[in-house]
Amino acid sequence: MTLTLTPNIDAPDDLYADLLAAHEGLTDDQSAAFNARLILILANHIGDRDTFREALKAAAPIP
Amino acid sequence: MTRLFDTPLYPYARHPDQDAANPVRHPVIVIGAGPVGLAAALDLGQQGVPVVVLDENDKVSHGSRAICFAKRTLEIADRLGCGDPLTDRGVRWNLGKVFFGDRKVYEFNLLPEDGHRRPAFVNLQQYHLENDMVTRLRTLQAQGAPIDLRGNSRVTDIATHPDHVALTVDTPEGPYALEAEYVIACDGAGSPTRDRLGLGFTGRVFEDNFLIADVTMQADFPTERWFWFDPPFNPGQSALLHKQPDGVWRIDLQLGWDIDREKEKEPDRVRARVRQMLGDDVAFELEWVSIYTFQCRRMERFRHGRVLFAGDAAHQVSPFGARGANSGLQDTDNLCWKLRLVLAGEAPDTLLDSYDSERVEAADENILNSSRSTDFITPKSKTSRLFRDAVLDLSEHHAFARPFVNSGRLSVPCIHAGSPLSSPDALPGGPSRTRPGAPCPDAPLGNGYLLDHLRNGFTLLALGREAPAIPGTTPLGLPEVTDALRTRYLGEAPSALYLLRPDQHVAARWTDATPAEIETALTRAKGGHA
Repeated sequence: MTLTLTPNIDAPDDLYADLLAAHEGLTDDQSAAFNARLILILANHIGDRDTFREALKAAAPIP
Repeated sequence: MTRLFDTPLYPYARHPDQDAANPVRHPVIVIGAGPVGLAAALDLGQQGVPVVVLDENDKVSHGSRAICFAKRTLEIADRLGCGDPLTDRGVRWNLGKVFFGDRKVYEFNLLPEDGHRRPAFVNLQQYHLENDMVTRLRTLQAQGAPIDLRGNSRVTDIATHPDHVALTVDTPEGPYALEAEYVIACDGAGSPTRDRLGLGFTGRVFEDNFLIADVTMQADFPTERWFWFDPPFNPGQSALLHKQPDGVWRIDLQLGWDIDREKEKEPDRVRARVRQMLGDDVAFELEWVSIYTFQCRRMERFRHGRVLFAGDAAHQVSPFGARGANSGLQDTDNLCWKLRLVLAGEAPDTLLDSYDSERVEAADENILNSSRSTDFITPKSKTSRLFRDAVLDLSEHHAFARPFVNSGRLSVPCIHAGSPLSSPDALPGGPSRTRPGAPCPDAPLGNGYLLDHLRNGFTLLALGREAPAIPGTTPLGLPEVTDALRTRYLGEAPSALYLLRPDQHVAARWTDATPAEIETALTRAKGGHA
């Protein structure tokens, strides 16, 4: 499995709104914990270590 | 009552070596009579290799130390002739509970694989293990095995030479000189031998303190392992409770770095903490309290000429995963057959280099695993704690998160995949777990078990066929293959030949092989031509 880095979401505005809505009313600490749980859930869904490592690479700070 | 660890088991006695005009030279001298040194003595002695063990005291180790012995250790103990008392006395548990904050997040049942003589592990005080090993040593001595255990004999000087090692040994009656062809240094994490030879021991220091309390409980407390992350009775830290024989429970409390060690050891303070853990209605007595810190480090090389380092003297890990004493016994398991072949002139001295490469590989694996456990238990940054807590929160509701929870990964033997002693895998479809370099998994065989048949020499195991007769190997032909043997050794292959080392690791495997191919693999497994 290779990491999908081309558009893959039917309604990106809706999904983005879902993400922001999920964080609404949370403190910064609560949001950080939420994100950590979300990453773990999505990582498990991906499952494949190589794909996950590609994602880590893609998310790395741009120099 | 006199406690086991207060009783002299091998008191000093004058030896004729002390009155010899010139230093007496022995084939092998072992420094240290802890579990690793005793294992070396049993292994060499029962194979007829004369061995002298020098220990600075005359008793088993004091108080509470290693308490969890993994299956591989019990299998090694079987080969050494003391597996039964350890397994019979040891405590087994299957149910573990994980707590986070003030709540239990999940529990698990270990459900180990069937068809092994020994359980995945037992909990047992180190002094019981040592005592059973000394008992076995006395039995072997009575049968004429050339083992010489000298108590109150402290090595005060050691010098390596091209053809021997020279030692000075101090005793209650003064010092004397000894020589050895080879020395195995099993003198612990603070190894004086290592220091005397000026050898380094570097790695990572973990800034943390752990309080160990062994308590006896009158109440009928369940035989389970309980692990707490950030519990109310020890905020921000971890705690562990598990059972040992004789109604003794081990309590391990993480204390952090900036603490008052003396104050934390005060019995009233410890009792108050334990009451918080167990509840007010559980009666208990404190047996033993100590505070320890740990490091993960190893020597750069475990072989220095004729001195070979084993156990904590060579490598040190955090206690999570019980990888200290267990890996030490794998060290001598790996070393002793090689030493026997070299001393007998049946293998080149360079075979001992493979002890270094294989056990350094294993030490790195153990250090990696125990460091990862430590990083989970004691997050080193805000982000690391964020993910740790996220895993624990998720583990309460979602099974997927539970495998991330790391309170120690139990010691399992290393697969020496790239070992110079292994031949290329020539069994297409064979299981990965028994590829060359792997330790042999046990399996039921007749009225006993497979590992009962793998003792001290090279074995040629044949599955689904008869074993050819090859000089220097013991044939074990199993034309009828059970399901367990098929799963563990054949996989999709219809039949197979395995060349097994004396330490029960796979040296080579084939669908079929000519006698010449087997002999080539055997020579390679012995480190080349002598």
